[in-house]
Amino acid sequence: MTHFTRRSFLKAAGIGGASAVVGFGAATSVAKASKNAHVIVVGGGSGGATAAKYLKRFSPDLNVTLIEPHATYHTCYGSNWVLGGHAGMDDIAQTYDALQSRHGVKVVQDTVTSIDPEARSVKTAGGETMKYDRLVVSPGIDFRYDNVEGITEADSERVPHAWKAGEQTVILRKQLEAMPDGGVFVMVVPGNPFRCPPGPYERAAMVAYYFQKEKPKSKIIILDNKENFSKQGLFMSGWKEHYGDMIEWVASSRGGMVEGVDVANLTAISDGGFNEFKADVLNFVPAQQAGKIAQDSGLAVGHWCPVNQMTFESRVHRGIYVIGDACVAGAMPKSGHSANGQGKVAAAAVARDLAGLEPKAAPTANTCYSLVTPDHAISVAGIYEFEGGEREWEDGQMVLVPGSGGVSPADATADVRRLESIYTKGWYDGITADIWG
Amino acid sequence: MKAVHLSLAAIAVSVVALGGASQAVADVDRAAMVTTHCFACHSIDGTGNMPNLVGYPPDILVMQMRMFKDGSRPATIMNRIALGYTDEDFVQMGEYFGTIK
Repeated sequence: MTHFTRRSFLKAAGIGGASAVVGFGAATSVAKASKNAHVIVVGGGSGGATAAKYLKRFSPDLNVTLIEPHATYHTCYGSNWVLGGHAGMDDIAQTYDALQSRHGVKVVQDTVTSIDPEARSVKTAGGETMKYDRLVVSPGIDFRYDNVEGITEADSERVPHAWKAGEQTVILRKQLEAMPDGGVFVMVVPGNPFRCPPGPYERAAMVAYYFQKEKPKSKIIILDNKENFSKQGLFMSGWKEHYGDMIEWVASSRGGMVEGVDVANLTAISDGGFNEFKADVLNFVPAQQAGKIAQDSGLAVGHWCPVNQMTFESRVHRGIYVIGDACVAGAMPKSGHSANGQGKVAAAAVARDLAGLEPKAAPTANTCYSLVTPDHAISVAGIYEFEGGEREWEDGQMVLVPGSGGVSPADATADVRRLESIYTKGWYDGITADIWG
Repeated sequence: MKAVHLSLAAIAVSVVALGGASQAVADVDRAAMVTTHCFACHSIDGTGNMPNLVGYPPDILVMQMRMFKDGSRPATIMNRIALGYTDEDFVQMGEYFGTIK
């Protein structure tokens, strides 16, 4: 494993005496890169689809291929609204038509199964081998069941995670619909870091919204493997205001750290068996890691992928950029909005690199809206910038611009909460248009 | 890793040899990089319900952002966002939005 830095690489290459190595074969393929270079993007979620679109925007001469297994992509954001019963699966479905017809991205429905960073090629499940000049990898997350007894991914039909939207969302919704009034919905939530930090608490609110209308005697228990959570004060006061005592949150130190699951009996177990939580519907959100291809290709070190946080180029393999939930991005949360921003940063970095320009730093943003009811929303925002030191390529990080961002005010009026709920829907429409439109 | 180092050296050479950037890529400057992040909410094709900023008068955009930042214009979220940017950023945003067709 070699952690490259651009400086050390330029030093190693000896830029001053560069002409000495002009004869090497690789130079030809990269030279033609400037004009009709081929950039492959792996994964068509929020990060990858954005990167593909913005590569064409920033550098229309590039050949850009997006490889994604699904013809229709369901966004995780908005999937809690489906669970609450006030949005349908069609409302969170995105396709790749506009990327192809309007933006000139070649979209291939396939799965990348291996990456050869030295040959600069990828292989797919469909048997294709494709060469690239630069590669952008946006693999999202995979689940880890290794730290909890009694449950594996094979149990996810009976005990859904619903943390990748699509079929899992439908399974959980059907279970909630089938649950009798007076039932208990138990959600098991992992520790940090994980995809969409406010997601579990919005989910509790959306399920409560559904229960209150259809099954008002029911209860919701959140078993959390942490001591505090995103937008905590705003969520807790919102839950209380709209749902009374229906939602109970259990911190890790108070029995929330789940160690085992009895799948047959839909029971979560903590504190060495001292606490048992029997559910009518059990939603187990496992701990996470970078998506499979990132693990298989060595882009992940431990569970996540280290990158130069100015450009999102991998610190393991040069010429490969890793964006979205899979990468380590300093203070940026693992959110669809962060992935969208990182897709633009990486697209700009690739375009500049292929044109022989030095990389440039610029601030990026995150905004996350969460619904407490369909008419009461809260938000968190942040502006992030690259902060580097003497050895910025190695040590630099995305940090929150001091004083920026933060959560909605605690004392906001009902009208402000309502306005934020209108903007929540506008945000969804805007960002999905920015990514897939 | 030897092979990798050689090909990396070759990249360095080719980059040096190319010398310049195409017109399109020359446009990927800081203004573009700062401003495209606005598009996530303020969609440039008019989707959604946030104000459309394409063709927005640059001087008014700069003034609005300054007012969000100093709190003189109330907002739900733009005040928190404006606090992350400098006056120079606001000018670049205003100018870049003016170039979008």
